[in-house]
Amino acid sequence: MEMPVPDASVLSRKAQIVERLAEVLPRNSVISDERETRAYECDALTAYKCPPLCAVLPANTKEVADVLRVCHELGVPVVPRGSGTSLAGGALPTADCVILGVAKMNDVIETNYDDRYIKVQTGRTNLSVTGAVETNGFFYAPDPSSQLACAIAGNIAMNSGGAHCLKYGVTTNNLMGVTMVMMDGTIVEIGGAHLDAGGLDILGVICGSEGQLGVVTEATLRILHKPEGARPVLMGYDSSEVAGQVVTDIIKAGILPVAIEFMDRPCIEATEAFAKAGYPMCEALLIVEVEGSNDEIDAQLKLIMEIAASHNPVELREAKDADEAGRIWLGRKSAFGAMGQINDYMCLDGTIPVSSLPFVLKRIGEMSKEFGLDVGNVFHAGDGNMHPLILFDANKPGDLELCEDFGAEILKLCVEVGGCLTGEHGVGIEKRDLMNVQYDPADLEAQMAIKDIFDPAWLLNAAKVFPLSSSEARRAA
Amino acid sequence: MTPKTEEELAQMIAGANGPLRIKGGGTRPIGHCDGDELSTSAMSGISLYEPGALTIVAGAGTPIAEVEKTLAAENQRLAFEPMDHRALLGTKGTPTLGGMAAANVSGPRRISVGACRDFMLGVRFVDGAGNIVKNGGRVMKNVTGYDLVKLLTGSYGTLGVLTEISLKVLPNVETTGTLRLHGLTDRQAVQALSSALGSPFEATAAAHMPKGSTGDPVTMLRIEGFETSVKYRADKLKDLLKAYGEVEIAVGDGAEWTAVRDVNAFADQEGEVWRISTKPSDAPELAARLDAKALQYDWGGGLIWALTDTGRDLRATLGDFDGHATLVRGSAGVPTFQPEAPALAAITAGLRAKFDPRGILNSGIMN
Repeated sequence: MEMPVPDASVLSRKAQIVERLAEVLPRNSVISDERETRAYECDALTAYKCPPLCAVLPANTKEVADVLRVCHELGVPVVPRGSGTSLAGGALPTADCVILGVAKMNDVIETNYDDRYIKVQTGRTNLSVTGAVETNGFFYAPDPSSQLACAIAGNIAMNSGGAHCLKYGVTTNNLMGVTMVMMDGTIVEIGGAHLDAGGLDILGVICGSEGQLGVVTEATLRILHKPEGARPVLMGYDSSEVAGQVVTDIIKAGILPVAIEFMDRPCIEATEAFAKAGYPMCEALLIVEVEGSNDEIDAQLKLIMEIAASHNPVELREAKDADEAGRIWLGRKSAFGAMGQINDYMCLDGTIPVSSLPFVLKRIGEMSKEFGLDVGNVFHAGDGNMHPLILFDANKPGDLELCEDFGAEILKLCVEVGGCLTGEHGVGIEKRDLMNVQYDPADLEAQMAIKDIFDPAWLLNAAKVFPLSSSEARRAA
Repeated sequence: MTPKTEEELAQMIAGANGPLRIKGGGTRPIGHCDGDELSTSAMSGISLYEPGALTIVAGAGTPIAEVEKTLAAENQRLAFEPMDHRALLGTKGTPTLGGMAAANVSGPRRISVGACRDFMLGVRFVDGAGNIVKNGGRVMKNVTGYDLVKLLTGSYGTLGVLTEISLKVLPNVETTGTLRLHGLTDRQAVQALSSALGSPFEATAAAHMPKGSTGDPVTMLRIEGFETSVKYRADKLKDLLKAYGEVEIAVGDGAEWTAVRDVNAFADQEGEVWRISTKPSDAPELAARLDAKALQYDWGGGLIWALTDTGRDLRATLGDFDGHATLVRGSAGVPTFQPEAPALAAITAGLRAKFDPRGILNSGIMN
C-alpha cells in the first residue's frame, strides 16, 4: 500500500513541534519517545504500520483546539484516532504526523431521558454509552462488533453500523449534534438536542468523513428505550439462492426483523470447529431476530417460521428461552474469531443489492478457486452488507498482496452489481485506490471540494479516502 | 426551461447567464428567489423498484403520488411520511420527489423512523457549474466517501439540481391505533408524550393540539403494526399514561394523522406559519412566549408549528435556544431560515461557493 513520502521538513522539526505541543498540553499528554509512539503505529488493519512523529492525548475541546492551532501554524499533518479499531486503516499514521487521540475524553456530559439523548465526549466507547443509560432501560442503537473498544469519535468518523441497523439505522441516523474543531482551531457547534439540525445538513457530511474535516470532540446521541425482549430463529438451507429468497419473502411479508444474519458453509464449518454452537452443516444459515413483548415475538416468529418452512429448510430452530437465544447467536458472534483460528484474514464489507446475493456468492466461490485462497461469508442479509473473510498467511511472501488483489476483485464485483465498496468500515487506506471504480472524477472532485473548505491545506488525515493520484495536487499545494 | 435529460440540464446550467429558480412541482415555495424558472418535471419516472430490497429509484420530477401508488401495490410506503404543503401554503401542482428531497420533507413519523434525509440512499445532481455528480447509490449501507446525499437533501436547490433519487422504503403496516388524551396543558402533554416515546412500546407519532377540532386540547399518540401488537401496546400505553387522565383508543387506518402531517388546522387561517425544531421539554415554554394565534406540537413536542401575525420575526422572541425556526409561510421582509453562528455560516458560504461558484442556483434562498 503506497503512502505519501513523509515531509522531511516536518521530520527535521520534531523537537520544535513537540515543544510547542507541550506548551499547550500537560506534559504527560504529549508522547514523543519512539518506544511509546509505537503504540500508535497501526489500527486494526495491522498489515500496515508506521510510528507517528508524536502522539497527543488532549482532555477537552479547548486542548484539541490548541493542538490543532499549533499544528496548523507549523504545517504539521494530523491523524485523529478514536480507539484504533478501524479495519480500513482510518487511523494509520504517517511518519510526519501528530496522532491526536481522544482516549482521555470519555466523560458523559449530560443524559436526558425525557428528550431521549445523551451528550458525551467522543473518546467514550460505544458500549459504555449504552452502559451510562441502561439502568434506566435505555440504549444507544448502533452496535458495531467492536463496540466494547471502539470510540464514538471513530463511529462518527466512519459512520459505523452494526448488526441491528436494519431497524435502528447507522451512526448518522442516531447523531443529533456535534462540537467539532476544525484544522485551524475553530470550534464549531452543529445541531443539538433537537431533530434535523438547521441549514445545510453539515452534520450529515461530517458523519462518515473519516476524520478529514475536523475532530469531533463532543456528540449528542439519540437514545431509545430497550424493547421488552428479543428472540432469534435459526434456519439452514441447501443453497444461498433459497436463503436469499427467504430473506426477500420475510421483508415482503411486511415484517421488519431487527437483524437478519447470513453465514455460508466455510464460515459455518470454521465456527462449529471453534465455538460448537450446534449449527447445521449446510450451504446457507440465517439468523433472524425480532423484538417486542413475548406475544408480539411469538406472532412475528410464527409468520417467519411459516415462510422459512415453505422453502424446505434443512434446519429450523426457534429459541425458546434466553439460553437457546444465546446459543443461536454464539456461532455468529464467534465467526471472526473462528476464522482467525484457521489463518490470518482480511475482512471486507462491500454492500450489494439483496437480489444479487446468490450471484455474488457464486462468483466469490469461483474467484476463491482462481486465487487459491479460502473465503468465508458472514453477511448482514437484510441490508446487503457483506463481510467476506479472505484467509491468507501473513508469513508467506506474496500472500497478503494476493489476498488484497482478491479483495479488490470482490469489491469491484459489488460495485458492478449496483452496490458499493464499503457499507460500514469506511474507505481508509484499504479501499482508497478503488474509489475510481465507484466514482467518476467529477464525483470525487465534488467530495474533495468539501475538504478544501474545512481543511484547505489538506493536513487532516489527508492520505486516506481519495486515491493518492486524485488528491496529489491538493496535498502538495 | 424544462430539461428532459440530465445532459440537457447540465448544458442549460453551464450556459445560463443569470439566476435560475429551481422548481419541482411548485407546491413548496419556501423562501424567496428570482430568476428564470428551471423545472425538473420532465425528468420523471421510476427506473428501479425492488420490494425485497426495500429500494426505489426515480427521476427527481417523479410525482410523489406515483411513487406512493407503486409502493402501495407491494404493500410498502415512504415511512418518513412526507408532508403535503399544498393546503397550508395555498399552492396547486404536483409534489415531486425532487422537491421533497430538496426541502427534506418529513412528517409525524420522523420521531420514530427518521427524516427524509435518513431514507435517502443516493442522488444524482447537476451542480452550479454544470457538472453531473452522483453520490451514494441504491444500497442501504454505504459509507464510501463523503455523504453528499445528506448534504443535497434539504439544501433547497442551492448546491445542485437533483435529477435522480434513490430511497429506502419500508413495509406498510396492518393496523394503526390512535390514542387520545383530553384537556392537558402544553407542559403536561409534552411530558405525557415523552413518557410514551421513552417506553418500549414504539409510538410512531406523538402530537398535541392546544385547541383541537372542538376547541379543547387533544394529545395524540400513534401505534402501528400487526393488529394484536397494536392492541397490546395501546393498552400498555393507556396504563402508562393513566396519571394524565382517560385515554381513548381508536383502531383503524390512521387517516386522522394526515391532518396532523399537513397542519390542516392552519390551512384556512390568516397569518404567518413558523416551523420550530427544538428540544421537546423546552417547547411549551418557548411556545408560550410566541404570542401565537394557534399552535400545534408534533414530534413529541420537538416540532412546534406556530401561526402568528404577519411581519414578526419570531427569532427575536425565541432568542438563543436549542433549535431553529423556519418561516414556512410569510412575508418577504423576514428571513426564511434561522441565521447561523459565524463559524457555521462560513462553512455554509464555502460550500455554496464551491458547488455554485456563480451563485445562480436558487440564490435568494438560505442566505
